[in-house]
Amino acid sequence: MTQSVKRTFAVFVEDKPGVLNRVASLFRRRSYNIDSLNVGATHEPGVSRMTIVCDADTDKARRIEANLYKMVNVLWVDDITHKQTIDRVLALIKVNCDREQRDEILKICEVYRARAIDMSPDRITIEITGPRDKVEGLVSVLRPFGIMELVQTGTVAMTRGAEKHDLAHPTVPASRNDAA
Amino acid sequence: MTPANPKLKNRIGESLSGAQIIWEALVREGVEVCFGYPGGAIMPAYDAMIQYPIHHVLTRHEQGASHMADGYARASGQVGVCIATSGPGATNLITGIATAMLDSIPMVCITGQVPSALIGSDAFQETDITGCTIPVTKHNYLVTKPEQIAPTIREAFYVARSGRPGPVVVDITKDAQQQSCTFEWSDEEIVLPGYHPDYAPLSEQLEEAIELIKEAKRPILFSGHGIIKSQATETLIEFVEKTNIPVACTLLGLGGFPASHPRNLGMMGMHGETWVNKAIQDADLIIAAGMRFDDRVTGNLKTYAQNAKKIHIELDPAEINKNVRVEVPIVGDVAAVLKELLPHVDQTDRAEWLGYIDELKGDSAVRDIKNLPDLGKLYAAHVIHDIYRFTEGKALVVTDVGQHQMWEAQYYKHDYPRKLLTSGGLGTMGFALPAGIGAKFAQPGDSVWVICGDGGFQMTQAELSTCAQENIKVNVAIINNGFLGMVRQWQQFFFGGRYVATPLLSPDFVKIAEAHSLTGIRVEKRSEVEEAVRTAEATEGTVVIDFRVEQEDAVYPMVPAGANLHDMIERPPPGNQDHNPIFETGEDE
Repeated sequence: MTQSVKRTFAVFVEDKPGVLNRVASLFRRRSYNIDSLNVGATHEPGVSRMTIVCDADTDKARRIEANLYKMVNVLWVDDITHKQTIDRVLALIKVNCDREQRDEILKICEVYRARAIDMSPDRITIEITGPRDKVEGLVSVLRPFGIMELVQTGTVAMTRGAEKHDLAHPTVPASRNDAA
Repeated sequence: MTPANPKLKNRIGESLSGAQIIWEALVREGVEVCFGYPGGAIMPAYDAMIQYPIHHVLTRHEQGASHMADGYARASGQVGVCIATSGPGATNLITGIATAMLDSIPMVCITGQVPSALIGSDAFQETDITGCTIPVTKHNYLVTKPEQIAPTIREAFYVARSGRPGPVVVDITKDAQQQSCTFEWSDEEIVLPGYHPDYAPLSEQLEEAIELIKEAKRPILFSGHGIIKSQATETLIEFVEKTNIPVACTLLGLGGFPASHPRNLGMMGMHGETWVNKAIQDADLIIAAGMRFDDRVTGNLKTYAQNAKKIHIELDPAEINKNVRVEVPIVGDVAAVLKELLPHVDQTDRAEWLGYIDELKGDSAVRDIKNLPDLGKLYAAHVIHDIYRFTEGKALVVTDVGQHQMWEAQYYKHDYPRKLLTSGGLGTMGFALPAGIGAKFAQPGDSVWVICGDGGFQMTQAELSTCAQENIKVNVAIINNGFLGMVRQWQQFFFGGRYVATPLLSPDFVKIAEAHSLTGIRVEKRSEVEEAVRTAEATEGTVVIDFRVEQEDAVYPMVPAGANLHDMIERPPPGNQDHNPIFETGEDE
């Protein structure tokens, strides 16, 4: 038994109606709590990719993976938690901002490599992309100014290597290779 | 798998309605019987049915239809089929679908759906049945076009029966049934991009298992439902006769390894035999074959089989390390795995370990109610033991859920696979009668005995009129104790004896039978059991026997839920007769 850590799964699924519901339903039914779930198209027609982040120890991660594989519409599951990955979150943050505060906020944006994308006399809207902790950092720095609205995506993640997901490969869950 | 039915005209390439295509597909999948209930959204399909060589059994409730399809599948090993309309028809199937899901039963359920243009409008009798059944099916489909019907049904059968089997729902809109298209059928192997359910065992894991088996001094093998599903009985017997490893069965595994085999110890778990559970706790190796360490089998996981290394042979990788951590998981078909292991295991006599288990039996024979004398009172265990004797152990028995189910498991010795059907995983009361009807259609030559309680029988007793209409014969043994017996037993043991909502008033079951023009018999004394069983066997048509048994007997031994497997409540021995009405008696049987 290992400690529970935030796990990231890349899940390739058939792009069919209801697949998101099936995957979400699996997590709910087995009491696996989803931190974030992102879904979108891939470069392969008919294949969507989900990035699912949830808390799990090694055992639970294997069971999540094995249960995902049992679903007819799931093509490939990759637990990329311990791989070299690039993870990104996108957030839009609308902040209270009068004329005197503008410079300060824009400087903060520079530090975080965020961009101001909209402005009015009393507010400013900022876009930031980056790892979750960077986004959280910016949010905490902006909070004293008064955040009016905040929206963010779930994490999307990709491994750094040249790993190719061969979707035609038979799906063999890792759990079968691991003894206690 | 395919057509072979000579009664089917070849209509490939013709323009057929979706309704016709449903039956074309079903017949080509080998379906001869289906169980169902018509209604608005499925009427086109029913209308087309008469053109096809399919026997439809009209049930009295859709729950009956899904249990019948389930019973048919369990008894035959084939895919069971049920059919219902949209909305309430479909939702009524769900209990039976969930029952099949938890016991991995291959089933295809066809449901009608409102016309596709009305989906999402809360139309009359509209239910999102694919949404409802996601958690309780292996997979499901919504079909809105006639061209999709044949390939979807073909895929549904493939998914239902392959790998670890399970129920599949195919929801077909009314307009898809009414529209026509060119009928096409392919016999090619189905390849689904995301579904590869068969695993070949890995050689390292087989080697590790062989090593553990060689080293083991006190091994025990668990025979689960997977043994029956993968038809591994013969291989298992060979394996056991070579290694002399004693076998313990799960409830659903009963019959997978012959009960009368000298190496068969009996059932394990909550109501398993004391010596079996003790042997598990003392074992140094567990070979779990086709079972999933259910909580009713393990008791307290912290103290479960602590001295044993574990080999888990299982088709479903998601079961590995789910409840019990194992040293060697082998993912694969259990028959294939046992065949691989067989040549590499040693011939052993294992006298010491087997002798030790014999000693564990101790005074349990004395405590066994079967061996206790009878002074005119009727005990459920006696009734079931007598049914076993007078049917010579050859009946196909279908049990419901509760005390009688456990007594059946203890006292009806099953030597053959697929001769005990019971709802093990979900524990669905009301299962027995409809599942028994389904089983009779699958095995018309078998003597089918439905054993149920007075509670469970009343949940689906309406299906008696299905028996009458279909003119089929099952023997129904109602173990009638006037209580919801298992709940009453828990109240007695764990809830201070407060019998809340468990006393049960029942109708006169003999008259109920007679009201259906069936035969009803009442039995109140043990001396009447034999005649009743023999009469039932000899009578044409369904017979209902109302066995008025002792009201407050309990199933022993018992491991309370969550307790250690070795801490069992045993039947008090003769002499210590407090709280036990059984021992006021005379001579042995």
